[in-house]
Amino acid sequence: MENKRVTLFAGHYGSGKTNIAVNYALHLKEKYEKVVITDLDIVNPYFRTADSLEELTKAGIKLISSEFANSNVDLPALPQDVYSILDDRSAVAILDIGGDDRGAYALGRYETAIREENDYEMLFVFNMYRPLTPDAGSALEVMKEIETAGKIKFTAIVNNSNLGALTTKEDVIASVKSADELSHLSGLPIKMTTVSENLANSFNGEIDNIFPLKLQKKIV
Amino acid sequence: MGEKVLMKGNEAIAEAAIRAGCLHYFGYPITPQTEIAAYMAKRMPKVGGVFLQAESEIAAINMVLGVAAAGKRVMTSSSSPGVSLKSEGMSYISGSDVPALVVNVQRGGPGLGGIQPSQSDYFQAVKGGSHGDYKRIVLAPASVQEMASLTTKAFDLADKYSILTMILADGTMGQMMEPVELETTEPVKYEKPWATTGTKMQRKHNIVNSLYLKPEELEKKNFERFAKYKTIEENEVMYEEYLMDDAEICVVSFGITSRVAKNAIVEARAKGIKVGMIRPITLWPFPTEVLNKAADKCKAFISVEMNMGQMIEDVKLAIECKKPVHLCCRVGGMIPSPEEVLAKIEEVNEGGER
Repeated sequence: MENKRVTLFAGHYGSGKTNIAVNYALHLKEKYEKVVITDLDIVNPYFRTADSLEELTKAGIKLISSEFANSNVDLPALPQDVYSILDDRSAVAILDIGGDDRGAYALGRYETAIREENDYEMLFVFNMYRPLTPDAGSALEVMKEIETAGKIKFTAIVNNSNLGALTTKEDVIASVKSADELSHLSGLPIKMTTVSENLANSFNGEIDNIFPLKLQKKIV
Repeated sequence: MGEKVLMKGNEAIAEAAIRAGCLHYFGYPITPQTEIAAYMAKRMPKVGGVFLQAESEIAAINMVLGVAAAGKRVMTSSSSPGVSLKSEGMSYISGSDVPALVVNVQRGGPGLGGIQPSQSDYFQAVKGGSHGDYKRIVLAPASVQEMASLTTKAFDLADKYSILTMILADGTMGQMMEPVELETTEPVKYEKPWATTGTKMQRKHNIVNSLYLKPEELEKKNFERFAKYKTIEENEVMYEEYLMDDAEICVVSFGITSRVAKNAIVEARAKGIKVGMIRPITLWPFPTEVLNKAADKCKAFISVEMNMGQMIEDVKLAIECKKPVHLCCRVGGMIPSPEEVLAKIEEVNEGGER
C-alpha cells in the first residue's frame, strides 16, 4: 500500500478514526524508521490516541497529544508541538482528527503548511452502520462539512463499516455497495477496507485492499 | 425492530427518544453525556422537533416542565452536577404530576468530581435529591441496547402514570459503542385530558401547578400520589436473574457493574462456587420481593457498585437482615475489575469477611 509523508484521518463522529490511525501507525513503522502520530481530537475527552500510548511507545512510535489528554481535564486543547511534524520532514506523520466538522476545525490551523508541502493523504473514514451515515448520500454530506471546516479536500476513502465486536464477514461485504457509491459520488478511490484481524483471513478476494486492525479498544 | 446500527449509549438514548415521539429536547452540555445534546441538535431540525441549548440546567428543566404541562413528550439530559441543578425543577414536575424524562449519565462526585463513570447518584435518583414527598421511576440500563429500549419504556411509563422517569446511566454506558436494534413501531399514544393545550372556548381551562396552600388539599394530593406509587410498585418492577437457580451467593448489581459482575460470576462458577446475580433494572420500584425470596436460599449477598455503598441499603431493607450483605466497590471514576469482584466472591464464599 502506497503512502504519503503525512496521512490525515477524518470522518464522522465515532467512525473509528483513532483506532485506524493507531493501527496505521504501527503498519507504517514496519516500513519507516521515524513515525509520529498526532492526536488533534478536541471533541471527545473520553477515548484518545493516548489510550494506546503503551503500544505506540513499545513500537517506537512518537505520540504527540495534548498535555491534557487523558488527564480528565475537560479542555479542548491542541498539542503545542504539532508544528514539529510539519517542520521535520524526515518523519512519517499521521494526524488523527476529531469527529465531524466540529473536530475538523482544529485542522484549519495547520492546513497551509500541509498543502504547501503537498505530500499528504486526507482519508475519510466511513462506517455505514453508524446511525447518521447509513448511506453514501449522508456520508457525502459529512465529507463536505469536514472539508469546509478543515479547509483540506479528501483524497481517498477508508471503508470501516462495522458493528463492533459482533461484526460478521457478511456485514463487511454488505457495506461494499455503499462504499462504492460514496466513491462514485465523491470521485475518490477506496484506499482500504478495514476489518478486525480475526475476520481478515476469512475473505477470499471479495474485497480489495483489506487492512486488518490488530489493536481494538475494549471496555467491559 | 429494524436493522442493526453501531451506536454510542448516549446516541442510542437520543435516537430512541425521537422514535418514541419526543420532539422536544432542552439541555446544557456536560461530559460525559454531551453526545445526547449533539445528536439532538443534528436530528431534531430534520424531524420537525425542537432542540434548544438552554442558558443553564435550571432553565432547561423548567422548559421541560412547560412542555410536559402541554402534554407533549419531552426530555432533558445531564451528568451528575447538572442533575443537581435540575433538582428543584424535578420536584416541581413531580408536584405537578406531569410526565417527563430526565437522563443522568453519571460521573464521579461529589462536587465537580471528575468526568469518569460512577454510580454515586443512586441515592439522589431513588431517595430524594429534590424536596418533598415523591417517587420517580428510575431505570438502569446495562447495555447500549437497553439505553435505547429503556428510553422507550421510560416515555411509556411516564405517560401511563403521569410521572417523572429517569434513566440512570454512567459515563461508560454513555460512551461505549455496541450494535443496537432500534424501535420501528409507532409510539403508544396516551390520552392527556389535563394538558394545557388551549380551551378553544369549549371546556374549563386546565391548570398544571404544584402549589396547594390549603394543608388539607395538599395532604389529599400526597395521599393520592402515593396510592399511584403503590400501583407502580405492584406492577412495574423489572429485574434480571442470572444463574440464580442453585446460587448460594447472590450478587446484586445494576448498570455497568452488573456486566463486570457477570464476568466474575462465570469465573467463579468455573471454580465451583455457586454464585448468581439479581440485576435490578428498575431502581425504583426496587425488586424487593425477589431479593427477599433469594435470602431464604442464599447464604450471603454482595452488592457491587461504583459508589461507597448506596444500593446496598436497599438490598439490606429488602432482605430484612436475613443474611449478611457485603460491599464490593470502586469510586471516583474507577471501575471494579472482574478479578476484584471474583476475589470478593471467593472471600465471601470462604466466610472470610464478616
